[in-house]
Amino acid sequence: MQIQDIKYTRFVSFYILNGIFWIAAQTYIVTGFNIPIKIAVFDALLSNLLVIAAGISTYNILRFYKPARENILYPRIWALLLTIVISALFRSITFHLFKTDSAYLHFIELSMPVRVVFNLLNITILSVFTVLWFYFNEQQQNQQRTLDAETLTKEAELVSLRQQLQPHFLFNSLNSISALVGTRPEEARKMIHQLSEFLRGTLRNNEHESFALADELKHLQLYLDIEKVRFGHRLSPFIDAQPETLRCKIPPLVLQPLVENAIKFGLYDVVGEVEIGIVCKMENTNLTVTITNPFDEQTSTPKKGAGFGLTSVQRRLYLLFARNDLLVTNYNNSLFTTTVIIPQAI
Amino acid sequence: MIKCVIIDDEPLARLVVREYLGAFKEVDVLQECGDGFEGVKAIMQHKPDIIFLDIQMPKINGFEMLELLDPVPDVIFTTAFDEYAIKAFDNNAIDYLLKPFSKDRFEKAFEKWLTNRVNPKENPSKTFMDNRVRNQDENSRIVVKTHNQIRIIPIHEIIYLEAYDDYVKIHTGDGLFVKKRTMSSFEQGLNPQEFVRVHRSFMIKLDQITRIEQPEKDSHVALLKNGSRVPLSKTGYAKLKVSLGMK
Repeated sequence: MQIQDIKYTRFVSFYILNGIFWIAAQTYIVTGFNIPIKIAVFDALLSNLLVIAAGISTYNILRFYKPARENILYPRIWALLLTIVISALFRSITFHLFKTDSAYLHFIELSMPVRVVFNLLNITILSVFTVLWFYFNEQQQNQQRTLDAETLTKEAELVSLRQQLQPHFLFNSLNSISALVGTRPEEARKMIHQLSEFLRGTLRNNEHESFALADELKHLQLYLDIEKVRFGHRLSPFIDAQPETLRCKIPPLVLQPLVENAIKFGLYDVVGEVEIGIVCKMENTNLTVTITNPFDEQTSTPKKGAGFGLTSVQRRLYLLFARNDLLVTNYNNSLFTTTVIIPQAI
Repeated sequence: MIKCVIIDDEPLARLVVREYLGAFKEVDVLQECGDGFEGVKAIMQHKPDIIFLDIQMPKINGFEMLELLDPVPDVIFTTAFDEYAIKAFDNNAIDYLLKPFSKDRFEKAFEKWLTNRVNPKENPSKTFMDNRVRNQDENSRIVVKTHNQIRIIPIHEIIYLEAYDDYVKIHTGDGLFVKKRTMSSFEQGLNPQEFVRVHRSFMIKLDQITRIEQPEKDSHVALLKNGSRVPLSKTGYAKLKVSLGMK
């Protein structure tokens, strides 16, 4: 909006400067024909103000109607029409005001063809300028829009990348490794391998491809193993999957964020041991994964439905399956339960 | 002997600090704590010279733990979160170590503290400043210490706040709690759609008001659901009217 305003003042100042220039020039020329200076100034002012009025009306029309390129004739006809109108207007006004001044009237009659040509020229210049101005404006707006769209895409990509890499998890894991190197180098080495494998799995994740639950659980197990090293005996996760679920397909970036969430809320909401449960079952043709974590009813106020930043998972599920009922959260007896349902194509 | 306490919820992270401290002969690590509750207890018991403190911890975070202490010991923060650095230094942190940190970096921080301790250039005030940007957790709850326990009060349980010297009395359905914090910092932190400062010394939760009375000309009182009567100043009454949509 700000930029628009600045450009607009430039546009207006062009109009004004153009007007002032022609008023001065015309006054000078008209006095050359022995017309008194007062009348010459009036003459120049009137004819140029009429031209400016014509220019403003062109601007207002172009605001709402922009001729297509093939209709290049329309603006010309318009300019010609305007010229005729303002020339006639000029003539009738001056004839009305200077009824008694025959010398000046005579001068007007003589100069009328020159005036018409001059008006046509001036109006054409103003229209061309106005059209160009609109054209550049539009161009710039289009450019801005393209730029905005690109920035948005990039930002979205960046956010998803950051989410996948989870810098805090990474740095804290590296810190644990740093601790282990001094006293338990074998464990440190093992953790480096786990972390590498986990990161490789994360990078492999293609947003659109679904994986077998067995693979997803393997990836999850790596994550849980690393977290167990970090938090020691406090964290005790278990995975329980019916054999028939293992071949089910599950989209990436669904289970992982839910488990992360459960761990985060389990670990930061409760002091002492934290049990995280991941149970996979078949229900009809649906794969159902239930994730449980303890929480403190006194201090947390879990929102009904998808609270706890689970909205992005819900959004993904909606985009994939066009259903809003695939993610359900529940809490009672200090246990928070997240259930995700993945319909299986038969 | 220099007395230290290490507070971090990851055992291995505490191990790193302890190991790095081994390079300094005169240091005694009195206790390692896995959360802020233990931290408060240990600090009150041992009165350490310096603590190493993680920020993200169970129940209450490092900043909230510091709020419960008076006086506050010298603090070196150790965390993987770089977004809290400014806040930490605003609170007179000695240093802010980003995990994983090297031994060199750790020793530099510790030595800086040692030299400043021997000849302190200036003595920065040690009370915990509370005029700072608070994170989401801290905006949804207030941590207070009663004589024998630490309480986490969810914001929605507050009925009204009352200024009391350097403290603020927090009136809840569960009783009265006291917190060392200024009224204006509460005013900044709390959602103005829920809480209105109706008086220099009072701030009330809007949905607790049942009635506004005018016992005398030019003086107004708000009646709350729990029966309390809270005086309204002239400007406070005007603000309240706007918030309640009476104007």
